[in-house]
Amino acid sequence: MKRVYINEKWCLGCRLCEYYCAFAEKRHEYNNMALALKDTLISPRIRVEEYGDITFAVNCRRCEEPLCVKSCITGALTADGIDKDRCVSCCTCILACPFGAVSLVDNVIKRCDLCNGEPLCVKACPNNALVFEDRRCV
Amino acid sequence: MINYIYPEYEIIRNPDKCISCGVCVRQCANEVHENINKTNKVICDDSKCVNCHRCAVLCPTRAIKIVKSGNTYRENANWNCKTIDEIYKQAQSGGVLLSGMGNPENYPVYFDKILLNASQVTNPSIDPLREPMETRVFLGKRPDDIMRESNGKLINNLPPQLPLSMPIMFSAMSYGSISYNAHESLARAAAQLGILYNTGEGGLHEDFSKYGKNTIVQVASGRFGVHVGYLNAGAAVEIKMGQGAKPGIGGHLPGTKIVGDISRTRMIPEGSDAISPAPHHDIYSIEDLRQLVFSLKEATQYKKPVIVKIAAVHNITAIASGIARSGADIIAIDGFRGGTGAAPTRIRDNVGIPIELALASVDKRLRDEGIRRNVSIVVGGSIRSSADIVKAVALGADCVYIGSSALMAMGCHLCRNCHAGRCNWGIATQVPELVKRLNPDIGSKRLVNLLTAWRHEIKEMMGLMGINSIETLKGNRLMLRGVGLNEKELQILGIKHAGE
Ligand code: SF4
Ligand code: SF4
Ligand code: SF4
Repeated sequence: MKRVYINEKWCLGCRLCEYYCAFAEKRHEYNNMALALKDTLISPRIRVEEYGDITFAVNCRRCEEPLCVKSCITGALTADGIDKDRCVSCCTCILACPFGAVSLVDNVIKRCDLCNGEPLCVKACPNNALVFEDRRCV
Repeated sequence: MINYIYPEYEIIRNPDKCISCGVCVRQCANEVHENINKTNKVICDDSKCVNCHRCAVLCPTRAIKIVKSGNTYRENANWNCKTIDEIYKQAQSGGVLLSGMGNPENYPVYFDKILLNASQVTNPSIDPLREPMETRVFLGKRPDDIMRESNGKLINNLPPQLPLSMPIMFSAMSYGSISYNAHESLARAAAQLGILYNTGEGGLHEDFSKYGKNTIVQVASGRFGVHVGYLNAGAAVEIKMGQGAKPGIGGHLPGTKIVGDISRTRMIPEGSDAISPAPHHDIYSIEDLRQLVFSLKEATQYKKPVIVKIAAVHNITAIASGIARSGADIIAIDGFRGGTGAAPTRIRDNVGIPIELALASVDKRLRDEGIRRNVSIVVGGSIRSSADIVKAVALGADCVYIGSSALMAMGCHLCRNCHAGRCNWGIATQVPELVKRLNPDIGSKRLVNLLTAWRHEIKEMMGLMGINSIETLKGNRLMLRGVGLNEKELQILGIKHAGE
């Protein structure tokens, strides 16, 4: 399966991926990034980690056996997505994810959904630090 | 001391579009933009902006544009704003003015005053999409005559040649003046395209020895990084006598840039200034040059062509004639618009002659003297498009060198601040955070794209002239006509005026 991979050698820490991720969530409402994100606090599903000179983005790793799904107490979270009506905001999945890739925004769980197979963060990365590839060993 | 200089550029940020993402803040190495955290607002200090467009290109909402600040002094046809500012700068610093890239001044560009011919009615043009078109060229000395064995079999007396898929090479840019990633982009693109790049005078980084077939190794007056392995690592050796941006003066890479790999590649201690003397201290005549040419040939077993690169100066024809007799295989001539990583502004802007005139007169002189076949001619110094290349070939060039346009393909926005060492595009810098901004996967792809496009255009232009091989175009000045040129200029260029 194709995943978003990060090559930290080329990550500039510009955080464009974060803003494009935030825009991706609102694309169906606004077709313009300025309109979508003006005066808002973003809560992207991809986050740039920074330590000294090292920067790299982290998002859902698409685990083969996702701990988040396993831990979900109501069965709201599946590998494919989240059933918002069933989520009770208990945050167990957030605790379970070893990558910190799940977050709670407005009482609902959020996780990268790969933008229906065309991740906007990858498209927006100016330096090919994010790639969308199938790297499974055959 | 008060700074008299008003910022040259102004950053206009459209408040309706800015989403305060801070990308501009993080991307500008000149620290122009600043995020005011409490107000969620971005402000800037225009005086530090060099107009490199990094922020404008990366701003996700296109909220930024950079404009000339437009602050003017009282109008004066003699003392323009730039001249006045330069006086203020020097009165404040007491130093020589430095600049990067090529001469930006308003001298005539002869390429823009030359037009190409096309076939109509009486001679058919060729459609490059349907018929084969040859853009391949070979650089090197041509044999004087055909030699045969007693049984009539041909003896191969061909001196070493450089095969190129198109008449274009990347000109010399040293590792040190440009970054590791810029070098890797050039090397990879050259290998993919079947052309050559040039190490410049900084030696060859060990990682790039695998691109040897596509490398020209340079020997300059400082002899940095030169050893027998280096000479044999490339496809050809270039002796750099001069550079179009700064003819007659040497180079100076400050000790602060001589770090790590650069010091190792140049074979000089870390932190020591890399000073290339103005002349080669062992060359004071064509005879001396001949000695160096043959020492290099000896060191490379006569297997590699030797290029001699000179800047286009007043008596270029006589110098070129001497070089053509020195044993060199290729002459590279760099016009006065050629780029540089750093040069004194006054020299860059006032020394040398246009490459078009130098090329036309050198080609003619060598033909007149019957020694044109001794050498191939490569020209550089602001080749801006495929049309410039076609015109240069028709004026007599075998091939062109491109430097500035290659850098632009990789992201350079001609802010001409290379000498500051903080190139926001990761090209003319050695700062690791900035160098990583140029991913060679992208850099080499863009270079390959540019030259592939140019090659298509060259074929189209050849086709419309009814020419199917670039060799047939070489020195074919009947394909050129001048517009708005005087008798003398036409005579030097060896072309007719439009309408003639
Ligand atoms: S959210 Fe975390 S645990 Fe769940 S699939 Fe993604 S990376 Fe794995
Ligand atoms: S120096 Fe370049 S990146 Fe910085 S503000 Fe000016 S144009 Fe933008
Ligand atoms: S990059 Fe553009 S949107 Fe982001 S803070 Fe700068 S001006 Fe605003």
